[in-house]
Amino acid sequence: MLNPELHLNPDIFSETPKKAALRDGYGEGLLEIGLENSDVVALSADLEESTRAEAFAKKYPERFFEVGVAEQDMVSIAAGFGVSGKIPFVSSYAVFSPGRNWEQIRTTICYNDSNVKIAGHHAGVSTGADGATHQATEDIALMRSLPNMKVFAPCDAIEAKKITVAAAKIWGPIYLRFSRNPSVVMTTEETPFIPGKADIFWLPQNNKKPDVAIIGCGQLVYQCLLAAKALEKEKIQTLVINCHSIKPLDSRQIVAAAKKSGAVVTVEEHQIAGGLGGAIAELLSEENPTPMEFVGVRDVFGESGEGEELIKKYGMASNHIEKAVKKVLRRK
Amino acid sequence: MLELTDEKIKFLEKRANEIRESVVKMLYEAGSGHSAGPLGMADVFSAFYFHILNHRPEEPEWSDRDRLVLSNGHICPVRYAAMAYAGYFPLDELNTLRKLGSRLQGHPHRQSLPGLETTSGPLGSGLGQSIGMALAAKLDQKKYRIYCFVSDGEQDEGNHWESVMFAAKRKLNNLTVLMDRNNIQIDGFTEDIMPLEPLRQKYEAFNWHVLEINGHSIEEIVDAVNEAKAIYEKPTLIICHTIPGKGVSFMENNYLWHGKPPTRDEAMAALKELRSLGGKIQID
Repeated sequence: MLNPELHLNPDIFSETPKKAALRDGYGEGLLEIGLENSDVVALSADLEESTRAEAFAKKYPERFFEVGVAEQDMVSIAAGFGVSGKIPFVSSYAVFSPGRNWEQIRTTICYNDSNVKIAGHHAGVSTGADGATHQATEDIALMRSLPNMKVFAPCDAIEAKKITVAAAKIWGPIYLRFSRNPSVVMTTEETPFIPGKADIFWLPQNNKKPDVAIIGCGQLVYQCLLAAKALEKEKIQTLVINCHSIKPLDSRQIVAAAKKSGAVVTVEEHQIAGGLGGAIAELLSEENPTPMEFVGVRDVFGESGEGEELIKKYGMASNHIEKAVKKVLRRK
Repeated sequence: MLELTDEKIKFLEKRANEIRESVVKMLYEAGSGHSAGPLGMADVFSAFYFHILNHRPEEPEWSDRDRLVLSNGHICPVRYAAMAYAGYFPLDELNTLRKLGSRLQGHPHRQSLPGLETTSGPLGSGLGQSIGMALAAKLDQKKYRIYCFVSDGEQDEGNHWESVMFAAKRKLNNLTVLMDRNNIQIDGFTEDIMPLEPLRQKYEAFNWHVLEINGHSIEEIVDAVNEAKAIYEKPTLIICHTIPGKGVSFMENNYLWHGKPPTRDEAMAALKELRSLGGKIQID
C-alpha cells in the first residue's frame, strides 16, 4: 500500500493519472530560486526552451547567459561564476553535459570545488524519437565517480522542482538528472522532501515483513509502484523506495530495508554499470551483503521510438521489475 | 597602478631573475616538472605581482583583488615563486613543490593554496573560468580586472575557442588575456605540431583587440596592460613573445626543456649563469 504518511497522489493508479515533465519542474524551480536569490544565474548551450531555462531567461535576462552550442565553455564559465559568489545553473542534454564536458566538470567544478549546479536533461531511453545519440544512459556513472559531486535524480515534476530549489541552497557541485516526457506525478506539494533522504513510497500490507525492497530513481519509481501493487495480489510484500539521492546514498534507510527484506531490486533508466544499482551494490556488499537484481539498460544503446515503447523494449517496465523480484526471491 | 620609474624597472628585472633562480632550484628539488615555460614567463610574473596587480598577499581572498587565472597550469613554478616573493607564503616552502603533503601541487589546486584563483593544468579551460569571473564582476559592479594567462600550445584546444567567441560576444573589457608565445610545446615547435599563425589575425577576426609585445620587456608588458584597460569595446589579447628557458642559455629555445627539470649539474650551471652576466643583469 502507498505510504499514508507521504501525502502521495491518490490518483496514481487511475486510468489517466496526472502527468507532467520533470524538465518543467526544473524550469519552475529555477524561476522560483531566481526570485529568492539574486546570486542565482543560469546558462544555456542553445537549448534554452527545451531545457526549460526559458522562463528564467525572460524574467531575469541580466542573469541569463546564452553560450551557444558550447557545453565545455558553459561549465567552465559556470566554474568561474561559482568561485565568485554566484550560484550558476547550467542546462543542456545530459549526453552533452555532463557527457561531452566531463573533464571540465572534473577539473574546474569538482576538483576546484566550485558551487555549480548541472542540470542534465533528456536522460534515459524514454527521450524517445531523437534516438540513442540523445538518450543519456551513462550520466549517473560519469557524475557519481567524481569527488565532491552530489547526484540527484528526482522521480516526478514536483520533486524535480523541489530538488532544483534545494540545490541552490546546498553548497557545492550538484548534478540534477531529468527525463524529457510527461510522466506520472506521484508526489504532491505536501509530500515531505528532504534532500538526500530516501523515502519509502510503498509498504507491505498490515505491517507485514517485506519480502523484497525495490529501490528506484527517476520516473521509473512509478513502474516500481505498479509492480508492487501487482505483486501484492500475489502475496509478495514489497518496500518501494524512491532513492532520489544517488550520491550521497541514504545508507541508513537502504541498509535497514535490505536487512528487513533480505532481497533488493534496483530500478533505473540508466546503464546497469555505474548507476544507482551499482551504488547500492557497493554499499550493501560492505554493510549487509544481500541478493540483488538490477533493472536497467544492459550494455546497449537505445534507438528511436516512443518513450513508453522503449522502456518496455529495454526491459524497465513494471512486468520486468516483477520478474526481477521473483528471481531475487529464489536466491534468498 | 604606480608610475613605472627606471628604478622600478630595475627592481622588477632583478626580481624576475630571483624568480628564475627559485624556479631552477624548485625544479631540481622536485625532480620533475616544466622548465622552459616558467623561465620564459618570469618577467611577466614579476611585472604582475610587483607592479600591475591590485592584490593583498596577506589577505589573498580580498574580494576586490584583481584575478590572475593561470590557464596553462604546468608553468606554476613561476607563479609559486612570484607569490612567495610577494609574501603569500614563506620562500622556504618553494622546496616542497610536487612533494607529498605540499600546498604546491604539480599543477595548481585552488583549495591547496590561497591566491591561486583556479585549479588548472588540463589546457583550454582557464579562459572560460575567467569569463565567469568577469561576468560576476560586472553583475556585482566591481572594478577588479581578470587577467588570464594562456600558452600558445594551448591554442590547439577547441574549447578555448568557444571561450574566445563568447568573450567577444559579451565585449568583456574587464578581461585581458596574456599569451605566452614561446613557439614550443611538449612534442616540438608549435608551427610543426599544429600551425597557429596568423595568431593576431585569428583573434582580430574573432573581434578581439590584439597587442604584441616583447614578453621580456617590463616596460612593454606594463604599457600593454595599460592599453588593454583603455579598450572599452572588446576583450584584449596581449601576445607576449618570449624565449622559452630565458636566462639559461642551454635551455633557451629548445623544446626538449618544455617538460623536464634540470639535473644537479644542469641546475648548478643554470644558477651560475643566472647569477652572472649570463643573465640579463648582475644581481650582486
